[in-house]
Amino acid sequence: MEMKAQQSIAAGRRRVWDALNDPEALKAAIPGCESFERSGENQFTARITNRIGPVKARFSFIIELSDLDPPNSYVLHGKGQGGAAGFANGSARVSLEDDGDNTVLSYELDASVGGKLAQLGGRLIDGAAKKLADEFFSRLGEAIAGEEEEAPQAAEIDKPETADEPEPGSRLKTATLIRLGAILLIAAILLYWLV
Amino acid sequence: MQENGIGASVRRKEDQRFLLGKGRYTDDINVAGQTCAVFVRSPHAHAVIEGIDAEAAGAAPGVVAVLTGEDLAADGIGPLICGVQVTSDDGKPHRAPAHPALALGKVNYVGDHVAVVIAETLAQARDAAELVEVNYRPLPAVASTADAAGEGQQQIHEEAPNNICFNWPFGDKEANDEAFAGAHKVSSIELVNNRMVTNPMEPRAALGEYNSGTEEITLHLTTQNPHVHRLVLAAFNQLAPEHKLRVVGPDVGGGFGAKIFVYAEELVVGWACRKVNRPVKWTADRTEAFMSDAHGRDHVARAEMALDENGKFLAMRVHTIANLGAYLSTFATMVPSYLYAFLFAGQYATPLIYSEVKAVFTNTAPVDASRGAGRPEATYLLERLVDVCAADMGLDPAEIRRRNFIPKDAFPYQTPVVQCYDSGDYEAALDKAMELADYGGFEARAAEAKDRGKLRGIGFSSYVEACGIAPSAAVGQLGGGVGLWESAQVRFNPTGNVQVFTGTHSHGQGHETTFAQLVCDQLGVPFENIEVIHGDTAKTQFGMGTYGSRSLAVGGVAIAKACDKLIAKGKKIAAHAMEAAEGDIEFAGGNYTVAGTDKSMNIAEVAFNAYVPHSYPEGVEPGFDENAFFDPMNFSFPAGTHICEVEVDPSTGEVEIVDYTAVDDFGKLVNPMIVEGQVHGGIVHGIGQALLEGCHYDADGQLVTASYMDYAMPRADNAPDFRVDYAPTDPPHNPLGVKGCGEAGAIGAPPAVINAIANAIGAKHVEMPATPETVWRACQAAV
Repeated sequence: MEMKAQQSIAAGRRRVWDALNDPEALKAAIPGCESFERSGENQFTARITNRIGPVKARFSFIIELSDLDPPNSYVLHGKGQGGAAGFANGSARVSLEDDGDNTVLSYELDASVGGKLAQLGGRLIDGAAKKLADEFFSRLGEAIAGEEEEAPQAAEIDKPETADEPEPGSRLKTATLIRLGAILLIAAILLYWLV
Repeated sequence: MQENGIGASVRRKEDQRFLLGKGRYTDDINVAGQTCAVFVRSPHAHAVIEGIDAEAAGAAPGVVAVLTGEDLAADGIGPLICGVQVTSDDGKPHRAPAHPALALGKVNYVGDHVAVVIAETLAQARDAAELVEVNYRPLPAVASTADAAGEGQQQIHEEAPNNICFNWPFGDKEANDEAFAGAHKVSSIELVNNRMVTNPMEPRAALGEYNSGTEEITLHLTTQNPHVHRLVLAAFNQLAPEHKLRVVGPDVGGGFGAKIFVYAEELVVGWACRKVNRPVKWTADRTEAFMSDAHGRDHVARAEMALDENGKFLAMRVHTIANLGAYLSTFATMVPSYLYAFLFAGQYATPLIYSEVKAVFTNTAPVDASRGAGRPEATYLLERLVDVCAADMGLDPAEIRRRNFIPKDAFPYQTPVVQCYDSGDYEAALDKAMELADYGGFEARAAEAKDRGKLRGIGFSSYVEACGIAPSAAVGQLGGGVGLWESAQVRFNPTGNVQVFTGTHSHGQGHETTFAQLVCDQLGVPFENIEVIHGDTAKTQFGMGTYGSRSLAVGGVAIAKACDKLIAKGKKIAAHAMEAAEGDIEFAGGNYTVAGTDKSMNIAEVAFNAYVPHSYPEGVEPGFDENAFFDPMNFSFPAGTHICEVEVDPSTGEVEIVDYTAVDDFGKLVNPMIVEGQVHGGIVHGIGQALLEGCHYDADGQLVTASYMDYAMPRADNAPDFRVDYAPTDPPHNPLGVKGCGEAGAIGAPPAVINAIANAIGAKHVEMPATPETVWRACQAAV
């Protein structure tokens, strides 16, 4: 499938990145996300377990980044194995832009699914993916709103992660984008699985 | 004629157990100590297996064993084989890549078998199967029939360059080209014969038991041909010697071809039950059936007809690409070759036919015979082309058929494509069908439909099919690895009732009734005193099974021949008992009579004498039990004309079949009710292909129609009440005068339906399945 969308998030770009940089906020936004870890330079692993109707499956994702252009865009490649549920592979080009007080997040996703995901869900994917993406961003928005109230804490979390980096700004952006992209991919994959 | 003999619509005796829920299917059978098998299947269409980690699965609760292709290969089991050889245009045999029952280093389609998990319960086996970690390195997949042999395509098998299994030209190309060059007109059509999943109601299943005391394996299988399974598993797959292998096909819930073949699961279950020394059962779920049953059809073809100024067919040429899937199934190569191109004459006296078939491998499930097997593909192509010819020549579709029919006095008729038709009267069937369908009143009906906003169309299909494949010598010449005779044993018990053992297998056809009627008719034994036994290699002598509409035309004759032997032997016994000369004994209606006297003796009394030979003719063996084999001299050639009438709603593209007439030549009917049921079922099968069914793989080779959510089967409301009648001729080579009837509907119906739709909307062609979307688009294009 191919999916292309933009989402406007009612927060400044910096604040969106901060939120996206918060592992707890990300976990909260992705249903069933068990872990999200760095496994190498530009490589990450994630585990998501979910029960959709009668199907319970755990996906193991390997996520790799390429074409890094901090703080504008990058391409993310993900490979997910879902055991009996099949597999999901995809890549997404993700970018962030300021839009007044808001931040516009754009993504173009190209994904393919196999096994049960393709056999039982194929034709409903597009509609369901859009619906889940909406859910993801609304949850993320709530997380940002909560963060706003606890801004000092959020800043504290940011500091240790960026303090040791020679180019704190771009590293932060990269890390943020990595997670954002991963979530988008995972969200889209989950959607396949929903149907 | 006996009351329940030939020609009587006796109610099916097997229905008592089916309607009472007393049928006994493979999955109904449970044995002590039984384990359950679940197959780990590839989610990839094409991938290298870089490793299989079965440790966690092996340690999971209840797991008895996790076995892979390496285990299978180490035991020297397999690979699966293809039993028919086609010679490619380079003079070499078709390319037959190794077909391991469990993958060895590579998977070639979604659903391909990677490992088997055997556990105490099905749930445990399923849970453990999820723990088998397979490390795949995906490769590009080949999913398109048309492009599979194209340049730059990913190679699937080393042994098959350009993914070509065979290129098979047939016919005199030069003479054909010459005829085309001099033709008044050339009509042509390009079409796709849509891939189908055969979908018998009962999914495939296997139960294997190993007796370490006798070293015998017993396999209960969903099979249409237990002896063929045993032969292949023993002789080619090294499962066990033939005498140590018993194959039982108990009640089987439909086959339609899909249960002919020897499948990976069957071989693996047979092997695994010995390996773990426990009974092993496997039953497919519906999605497994979609993924791993052999599929049917899947051709892309172009056909041309050269015509003279009177609309007479001068020559026909066909180019076909046939998809065989990832591996060769048991009879895969035969379907798009001998069962296809040899049918291109159809009912017509076309003097020259040239065909080229390119059979290709793709990363899809294997493709093999499915109800009709090659003949529906041939008939659809030909009958669609004939309608295009009619339109190009400005002739009525009935008229162009009539002008080109093989005349009834031309039989036996040697076609230019091997087949020699033994009997037929095609015009009689056409006339009768046109009368029944009220062809003359069509214009008025179409006008009335137009007032309601509907487009009404009428379509013809005049098919001929070749079933009851024979004789064995010809099968051998064509590269077939088996003989296609049939056998029977007819055994009187001392108390006068009869057990009939047939090598055919009934999985919905009603043999237990039809064959009992036949024996009732031949021997004059009451219908209720006859039991037909089939499906168990330990009970029946031998047999080739049921497919290709062969059971009555071949197996029925074997039964009749065994009856003849009994009657002849009985004459000796009766002559002795009645103190008459054997030559004076006549047999009729179950009684031996001394000619010209009132001395008579029932065959049951003769049977008793044979088993209690206290006063018995010298030199005659005791017992009343005879075997017979029948190897026909020729195929059986059922034929007929089907006429379909549809109404299309141009605003939605919805097609309603408002009338359907079938006039078939099946020779003599033994049980007209059962025959009519076969005709109904076959037509509905054909309507399914024409309107609803389509098996789709996406560009990555993912099967996207793997359940009934996405694959539409025909239902009762897709069909009208059928008008069914017959125009029989007598096939001279068949001692019973019968022809096959099981596939005719599925062969005749698709072109009748599509011709009707094309006629309704004024389009040259509409692809199958003619879904509302397809038809609506065609309506838009035609406007």
